[in-house]
Amino acid sequence: MTTTTQAGTVGRPKKLSPRKRAQRIRLVQYAILLVVVVLLILNVDGRQVQSVFFRTDLIQVTLTSGLPRALLNTVLYTFGAFVFGLTLGTLLALMRLSQVAPYRWIASIYIEFFRGVPALIVLLAFGLLSVAFPGLRFPLDPYGTVWTALGMVSAAYMAETIRAGILAVPKGQVEAARALGMPSGMAMRRIVLPQAFRIITPPLTNELILLTKDSSLVYVLGLTASAFELTKFGRDISNSNGNLTPLVIAGFCYLIITLPLTFLVRRMEAKAKKAR
Amino acid sequence: MTAMTIPAQIPTGDRADEIQVYDLHKSFGDVEVLKGISLTVRTGEVVCVIGPSGSGKSTLLRCVNMLEEPTAGRIFIINEEITDPDADVDAIRTMMGMVFQSFNLFPHLTVLQNCTIGPTAVKKVPKAEAEATALKYLDEVGLKHRADAFPAQLSGGQQQRVAIARALTMNVEMVLFDEPTSALDPELVGDVLDVMRRLAEIGMTMMVVTHEMAFAREVADRVIFMDGGVIVEEGHPDQVIGNPQHERTRTFLNRVLHPTHVHTGEEDAAYAARHAAELGSGPEASGELPDPALRTDNPGRSRL
Ligand SMILES: Nc1ncnc2c1ncn2[C@@H]1O[C@H](COP(=O)(O)OP(=O)(O)O)[C@@H](O)[C@H]1O
Ligand SMILES: [Mg+2]
Repeated sequence: MTTTTQAGTVGRPKKLSPRKRAQRIRLVQYAILLVVVVLLILNVDGRQVQSVFFRTDLIQVTLTSGLPRALLNTVLYTFGAFVFGLTLGTLLALMRLSQVAPYRWIASIYIEFFRGVPALIVLLAFGLLSVAFPGLRFPLDPYGTVWTALGMVSAAYMAETIRAGILAVPKGQVEAARALGMPSGMAMRRIVLPQAFRIITPPLTNELILLTKDSSLVYVLGLTASAFELTKFGRDISNSNGNLTPLVIAGFCYLIITLPLTFLVRRMEAKAKKAR
Repeated sequence: MTAMTIPAQIPTGDRADEIQVYDLHKSFGDVEVLKGISLTVRTGEVVCVIGPSGSGKSTLLRCVNMLEEPTAGRIFIINEEITDPDADVDAIRTMMGMVFQSFNLFPHLTVLQNCTIGPTAVKKVPKAEAEATALKYLDEVGLKHRADAFPAQLSGGQQQRVAIARALTMNVEMVLFDEPTSALDPELVGDVLDVMRRLAEIGMTMMVVTHEMAFAREVADRVIFMDGGVIVEEGHPDQVIGNPQHERTRTFLNRVLHPTHVHTGEEDAAYAARHAAELGSGPEASGELPDPALRTDNPGRSRL
């Protein structure tokens, strides 16, 4: 060992060792960071930033003029769409794996269509449905409309995830279940799906986070104030005050939802690892 | 030749015949893996199936409970034809347990739930009753105290014993074993074989694919040697293992009992040693063994 190192250093006296070089590169990075921070502090007017993004009186107004309701609506839209998407997504995944070819085709077409079309278009279309077909009403409007529209889009994404999860469950699991006398449907329900969902909990939670943010598209439906979600709510107050504070607050509210979800996934992953 | 002595006509109607296989063929694509297998397993009988890797042993076992669909031939389980297109395969399967090489416990369920899910979900046995049965069998395989553990927390040997308890909790008439100890560390094999031996003693009907020659010799009522998708030789273990008539059987036994590359690796050496030891302590160790050197008694394995 020692001899090799010595030989290397002796052979190329001017070259730095890889460790020394990495050290030096790190040092340069720290220096750049320091310069940027110093420039920012010197050039940015802290008080102006505060008055644009964190105006105290506007924080007051935002918090008291219906923020809880907007937050609740965002959660309701998201959660309903997730449940809808999960159910339909599971159905689509099973169709994709079906022995019956037409089921596979239908599921594939559905999945490709809704993954290729903007969610905004789907939402707009659903908003216009009741105009196009007078008398057509979704239950719990506008919640039913949002759940269906966003759920149908996310189902397409979830279907592929769920299908991958089902395929990731070892074949021996189905065989053991069938050997116990379980019909194939029961084996799927009791043995395969629980394991598949455990495997795909992280990507599904990711989908839930994406849906939380997608729920901000709901504004295109032209809702009444009581149905506002965070984005629409923050934007309206921001507009009428010419200030960003309400939007910033809305943004933080999204973090209140999404960050705990991320932590939850970590914990579930750790637990699943233990059980597997 | 022994295979020819099996009656070729369809069911005897004898309740004592639990598994009857008639001229079973199975192909995967163009490859014929089973080329006309006929056999009978009678109530309380332990039949060990031995043979080289790829000879179709697993496929035969999997055809018996229809995990593989036979290409041709008929199979009767307690006089119900499981190969009949109108047969209630799921119902027939509840009468026979299957123990896999890779255990295949359900990882999302506890040990106890692994045992009770069959009875409760399939046979609609009340939960309390199923749990009582499960705990009884878990006790018998020595794992009652791990009832609330998850499979991943158990050793391979423990998992396999749970798998046996899972099969038994269904109150099955017979159990199919597909190389139940092949995936286990050598020191864990004994416990699983012990459980199987006790199961045989209480009269369970068993069809066991195995490479454990000492076990086959001691426990089996009959040994079937398969090679190339046919039954080459069949009969009492002392005959098939102790005094094989066919060259193919002799070659196979020689290879299993006396691996040529013992010196190439510790694993092979351990494998050879295990088989040597097991065979040496078998009840009929004085029979014509393929290699006399294997007859050394080994007190360490005497419980086998
Ligand atoms: N599902 C399958 N598809 C294709 N070939 C298979 C399949 N299962 C087994 N085979 C082939 O059938 C032959 C017998 O396999 P198997 O019954 O597992 O043998 P054994 O258990 O005696 O080792 C092997 O050549 C194997 O490759
Ligand atoms: Mg096999």
